[in-house]
Amino acid sequence: MSNVWSNLGDWVTERTPGMLPMYRKHMTEYYAPKNFNLWYYFGSLALVVLIAQIVTGIFLTMNYNPSAAGAFDSVQYIMRDVEWGWLIRYMHSTGASLFFIVVFLHMFRGVIYGSFKRPRELVWLLGMLIFLVLMAEAFMGYVLPWGNMSFWGAKVIISLFGTIPVIGTHLVEWIMGDFLPGDATLNRFFALHVIALPIVLLLLVVLHIAALHEVGSNNPDGVDVKHGVKGNRWSPLAPADGIPFHPYYTVKDLVGVGFLLLIAAFIIFFAPTLGGWFLEPDNSIAANNLVTPAQIKPVWYFSPFYAIVRMVPSFMDTAVWGVIAMFGSIFVLFAMPWLDRTPVKSIRYRGRGYKIALTVFVLAFLGLCAVGTDTTAEVIPAWFGSDVDVTFWENLFGRLMTLLYFGFFAFLWAYTYFGWETTKPVPDRVTTHD
Amino acid sequence: MTKRQGLLRYFVLAALTCALGFASMAQAAEEGGFPSAGTNLRDQASLQRGAKLFFNYCVGCHSLKYMRYSRIGEDLGLTEAEVMTNLNFTGAKYGEPVVSAMPMDLAATWFGKDPPDLSLEVEAKGADWVNAYLNSFYLDPASPIGWNNTVLPNAAMPFPLWELQGTQTAVMAPGKDGQPGTVEKLELAQPGKLTPAQFQQATRDLTNFLEYASEPAALQRHRYGVWVLLFLAFFTLLAYALKREYWKDVHEA
Repeated sequence: MSNVWSNLGDWVTERTPGMLPMYRKHMTEYYAPKNFNLWYYFGSLALVVLIAQIVTGIFLTMNYNPSAAGAFDSVQYIMRDVEWGWLIRYMHSTGASLFFIVVFLHMFRGVIYGSFKRPRELVWLLGMLIFLVLMAEAFMGYVLPWGNMSFWGAKVIISLFGTIPVIGTHLVEWIMGDFLPGDATLNRFFALHVIALPIVLLLLVVLHIAALHEVGSNNPDGVDVKHGVKGNRWSPLAPADGIPFHPYYTVKDLVGVGFLLLIAAFIIFFAPTLGGWFLEPDNSIAANNLVTPAQIKPVWYFSPFYAIVRMVPSFMDTAVWGVIAMFGSIFVLFAMPWLDRTPVKSIRYRGRGYKIALTVFVLAFLGLCAVGTDTTAEVIPAWFGSDVDVTFWENLFGRLMTLLYFGFFAFLWAYTYFGWETTKPVPDRVTTHD
Repeated sequence: MTKRQGLLRYFVLAALTCALGFASMAQAAEEGGFPSAGTNLRDQASLQRGAKLFFNYCVGCHSLKYMRYSRIGEDLGLTEAEVMTNLNFTGAKYGEPVVSAMPMDLAATWFGKDPPDLSLEVEAKGADWVNAYLNSFYLDPASPIGWNNTVLPNAAMPFPLWELQGTQTAVMAPGKDGQPGTVEKLELAQPGKLTPAQFQQATRDLTNFLEYASEPAALQRHRYGVWVLLFLAFFTLLAYALKREYWKDVHEA
């Protein structure tokens, strides 16, 4: 049997001489630092979720009807009449939220260990592009079931472009292909969601990994493994602290995949709506342009960015500032490699000011989540009595969180540019704990 | 423990605390105020009683357009003959969806709006809301239909279950500064065929059936879920053992 396989392998190698070197370069002879910790699971998990979304998406497409008249009914058809349709849809809807959870954690990993710093700036930029495309992909996917929240969410989000002076109104009609979200909107969003954006996403993921493998992986110590001490059990030229990605990290990531699937399966089988956080109750009502939902709010993963739109006040007769701030809150992340100028990468060896600022940033992000999901609007009267002016306190809180969000980047630049940070000595070799 | 590890731990703790705080805020926001409906999809007898109530009192006006008679029979352990004689009063075929015989164009003139399809009512409003709604009708001479509801004020529906519950009247609290009064509580003015406890059970059954109708797949989810989790736990354990085995030499080196 093994003879058959190795013969087949030889047969393929003879005909595609580039394949084996490529496999070696990216798998068996890609030397990753041996000290990856929990944070390093989320990259491979994001890839697993991406593949799951594509596969389940293909099966949903087979039964979904992209028309204003038929979309909502076809989702119920999938839920009730298509064999295992409910499982496929719940995998896809749960996958969307899990995608953002793992991507947020993956990005946070990059921040705390300085993975975006020289020489990995391009890896970070490609990753940020992936995040941007992912947001567009998720937004358009959310519109497709054509529930009432899909409709009003689409209307509100597309209207954001209407705040752009002069061309705004025309731009909104151009995006929707109508005066309200309708058949034209649904059809183009379907095309973008199932073909255009996934192709872009896959291409960017390939480039992201290719760029990473060119410069080598960072690690929790931020030590440059690739240009450090040489020689390990596999090769005298390979980094001493590196181990082959396959099989070491493939088997390790398999454990992570197991945990992710456990969490996903628990949600899919026992709480597919997750109390309205992953699938919102208002989306169980068909799209209706005459009935506005009690509160129009985006799904949780857009909430911090949506909160910024809401919190930035209009002035000079235009609300465009909020929209600029929202896009700014994402674009400022692109600039991380040039804002954080301390050469020390890992949080382990950085100054106290950095750690405090980062904690404040995480709190501000969660605070904005609370504002964007309308949690503050419900919590403020519950905690402080119904007499308090909810709008006033929510605005005060939300604006403070917005300032802290942007303040982090301003502080980070000043702190590292003027050399106020006192770093600790970075070791020559990676440290391991077990 | 080194100082560095100590700081990292502090950081992880801080992050966890925030996550917990956020979760508790979310929890506080969830508590929306209706008593638990106490539904249980595993209680097939309750689902059957709920279906009977639905087809006796609701289907005259409300459809379940996404729900087929055959699926109800299959999921509720009823034979085709039982469904066709006891639940199907419109002459629909066994494989057809539950569509009310009510002419919708006339319904709109009678009630001011179409009686809504109830296929997804529980998914949209929640079981607790539906159950509370069914228990909150009272006689209101000021309303054009003679009925009102504390959960959904000025609901367009006359109370269809009144012969079971009897009639409730509202005890009004005086309004402040010339404002109209608010309903303080509901009192049973005239008992119906069922005792209050029996009626609560009946609405729980009906809500249970509507919860099933809003997501029949829930029965399958619960059936397979445990086995999937057990398999994945086994898989993860196996993967962990494999990882330990492979990584032995990394830790030795």
